Amino acid sequence: MTTAEKYVTAAYCAVFAMVLVYVVLIALKLHRLERDVDELERRRPDPEPEDERETIDVG
Amino acid sequence: MDRSYRIPLPALAVASLVLVTLALAFVFFVAPNDASLGFSQRIFYFHVSIAFTAYGCFAAGAWKAFRYLWKRDPEADLESYVAIHQGVIFGCLVLVTGSIWAKYSWGHWWVWSEDELVLFLVLFLFYAAYFMLRYSVDPGPQRASFSAVYALFGVVLVPVSFLAIRLAKTFLHPVIFTRHGANLGGWMLVTYFLAQPAVLLLAHTLYRIELSGKRLDMRLRELRLA
Repeated sequence: MTTAEKYVTAAYCAVFAMVLVYVVLIALKLHRLERDVDELERRRPDPEPEDERETIDVG
Repeated sequence: MDRSYRIPLPALAVASLVLVTLALAFVFFVAPNDASLGFSQRIFYFHVSIAFTAYGCFAAGAWKAFRYLWKRDPEADLESYVAIHQGVIFGCLVLVTGSIWAKYSWGHWWVWSEDELVLFLVLFLFYAAYFMLRYSVDPGPQRASFSAVYALFGVVLVPVSFLAIRLAKTFLHPVIFTRHGANLGGWMLVTYFLAQPAVLLLAHTLYRIELSGKRLDMRLRELRLA
């Protein structure tokens, strides 16, 4: 590999590495958001089952 | 909703992957060696494309900032922030690829006497400082206004930095597009015209991904407070 080839490879590898790091950071962020959604779902109170509801006369 | 947002994100990601791969294939297997700069000139195709993309991101960030100041739309503030973030990432890539090319061609990683290099560094640092300003103010309309005004001031540096390359007296930095046309011909020009949209599309895809993440983050914060 000539010196010029090494420099060109280094430049393109730098571009690739930076885009890859960016994608990894975004993936980590999305993973965190997913965990937050799960936590919010856990915190949400369970809806009362239909058949256990008390029936009352309205008429 | 913006018309471009109707294109699904996976389709954009696939298109940018295909276009970037095709551009890289042209850079390494189709474009001929430059007569004076030799093999190292192949850095040009992505270096220049990334530089124009960074300018475009800063300009888009300023436009969204203007829209925020005009309509007071929080979505425009978020879009401005993400566009400037992309601009800083691509600006960093311009400096890295340019330095590698400079080391090979000029024998130095950086030349302080070159106005165009210093002006681009000033532009990059100006927008890098945008994040310091933004995160030093509590979230809300005040932070959005400060950020928008700062983003608008910075955009003045974009044409200055762009013209500096043309007005430079030393001509150390190569000028490709002159008033008389492109200094490239044949497959070199084709390769450049393939690399430029490839990098622009990549930037737009990354912009959309980051924007989706930010929107989701905002909605979750609102849900937590509700």
